[in-house]
Amino acid sequence: MSGLSETFDQIFVTLKHWLLGLLAPVLPESLLSLASVILSLIPIMAIFPGLFAITTVLERKGLGRIQNRYGPNRVGPFGFLQFAADGVKALIKEDLVPRAADKVIHFLAPVVLVIPVFLAYTVLPVGRNMVAVDMDAGVLFFFAVGAGTELAVFMAGWSSRNKYSLLGAMRAIAQMVSYEIPLILSTVTVIMMVGSLSTVKIIEAQSTYHGLLPDWFVFTPWGLAGFILFMISALAESNRSPFDLPEGESEIIAGYFIEYSGFKFALFFLAEYLGMFVISGLGITLFLGGWHAPLESLEVIPSYIWFFTKLIAIIFVLIWIRGTVPRLRMDQLMNFAWKFMLPLVLLNLITAAIWHFMAPGAARWVVSFSIVIGSYLLLGRALFNNQHLSKRTYRYAE
Amino acid sequence: MTIPFAIIALMTITATVATMSLRNLVHCALAAAVAFGGLAAAYLQLDAQFVGFAQILVYVGAVAILIVFAVLLTRGGEPTTEALFSKTWVTGTAIAVVVFGVLAWTIRNSFASQCEITALPDATVKDIGGALMGKYVLPLEVIGLLLTAALIGAVIIALKEEKK
Repeated sequence: MSGLSETFDQIFVTLKHWLLGLLAPVLPESLLSLASVILSLIPIMAIFPGLFAITTVLERKGLGRIQNRYGPNRVGPFGFLQFAADGVKALIKEDLVPRAADKVIHFLAPVVLVIPVFLAYTVLPVGRNMVAVDMDAGVLFFFAVGAGTELAVFMAGWSSRNKYSLLGAMRAIAQMVSYEIPLILSTVTVIMMVGSLSTVKIIEAQSTYHGLLPDWFVFTPWGLAGFILFMISALAESNRSPFDLPEGESEIIAGYFIEYSGFKFALFFLAEYLGMFVISGLGITLFLGGWHAPLESLEVIPSYIWFFTKLIAIIFVLIWIRGTVPRLRMDQLMNFAWKFMLPLVLLNLITAAIWHFMAPGAARWVVSFSIVIGSYLLLGRALFNNQHLSKRTYRYAE
Repeated sequence: MTIPFAIIALMTITATVATMSLRNLVHCALAAAVAFGGLAAAYLQLDAQFVGFAQILVYVGAVAILIVFAVLLTRGGEPTTEALFSKTWVTGTAIAVVVFGVLAWTIRNSFASQCEITALPDATVKDIGGALMGKYVLPLEVIGLLLTAALIGAVIIALKEEKK
């Protein structure tokens, strides 16, 4: 890599070291390490909520485009300053708490929800040498803090003392617990292949180039299946359409955060989007080569630009899915997780094992692909034929 | 005793006491989750990353949720009106003290507390995985079989009964 591109690539790392060098003479040793931690965390606290603000506008514009309408178009040029208006509105709105609500838990729920989401960012590498903490058990840490969000959702739903919010919380927990299994099992294939739980090592394993294609895991049969299964589970974990049953505006109004207003509501919104970004970021780290460029010659462009390009591309696909796919029904949701996703991720583990132990060459591509495609087709057919579909009849209240 | 340990211990014990003494069952379950988190923090303070994170993942992520669900599906989480202390609290305390004494005595005289700690073992997640798949593979398989049996049992209980 040439000197100039390396300078740009490492500019934020250099900046941090320069700031620490300025602080070194004035601060004692113990405070200096604290300053280092804070300097690593400030970008996370600034950039991802900023991305959230932009995404809310982009999502509403994108959905508007899909649904053949304008979307927000009043605040700022083309309505792109809508997020500022929304933020101000959330801040100055009255904070309503239901009289029957459990005040303490009602207050704590949004806070408990936002903290684990921010914690998960600490193990996410956004560029070369740009990870807050390189933990030996990084991926495990990610899922461990993610477990905290389920409890927060329950706290919100239960403490509101509202039957819709309780229904939403029950739905959310059932969905998150069910989809956590395919989510974790689809990452296990990558962990098996790399032999490490550290996010930095996982990216290192995908850093080489093979002819035109980079050695990303998504370009292997098990990696492709794993990536698709991972993204479906990630959608379900972040409660986004078509898995937005916990919120389902038309059925249970807003689910577990129905009784929240003002800035607490904004916190739920923030946590949902930040959760979506961080889980997409983990998908990029595990399957899409992290911050590496798709072509070796393009590595001159700074690594963090590649990471955010990939992240925005995934967000675009998620908005696209939200605009096109209708919401699932509860039994469909559960059947999909337990009867379809779970067997497929288990078979994907076997595929990965076969891939690992067969000699490189055409044979292992054929065998692995036939297992992935074959299991998908057979399982899909079997479940579809089992449904006894008939002509839909409509019943009306008389 | 270091300051972080004191904070963690205080948090865990307070949460445990709250778990046993709060009136509302859902509050108790949430306090239990805090206590689980405190235990995880204690593991992390001992540099046991894997155990600490697994503790959070399993206890806060699964066991606490299970407790909360069980409370919701049975009693609806309404506060109880029964007395906080049961009538046999004297006997209960005596038994607890005896059990604690026996355990403490055993640990004091155990092999683990008497051997000298020479160097801190540097156990990475990879080492733990190697040990689980190598030396301790049989216990792991037995636990796996047991859990699978429990899972199948749960499915059979939940199955719809066929009409005769």
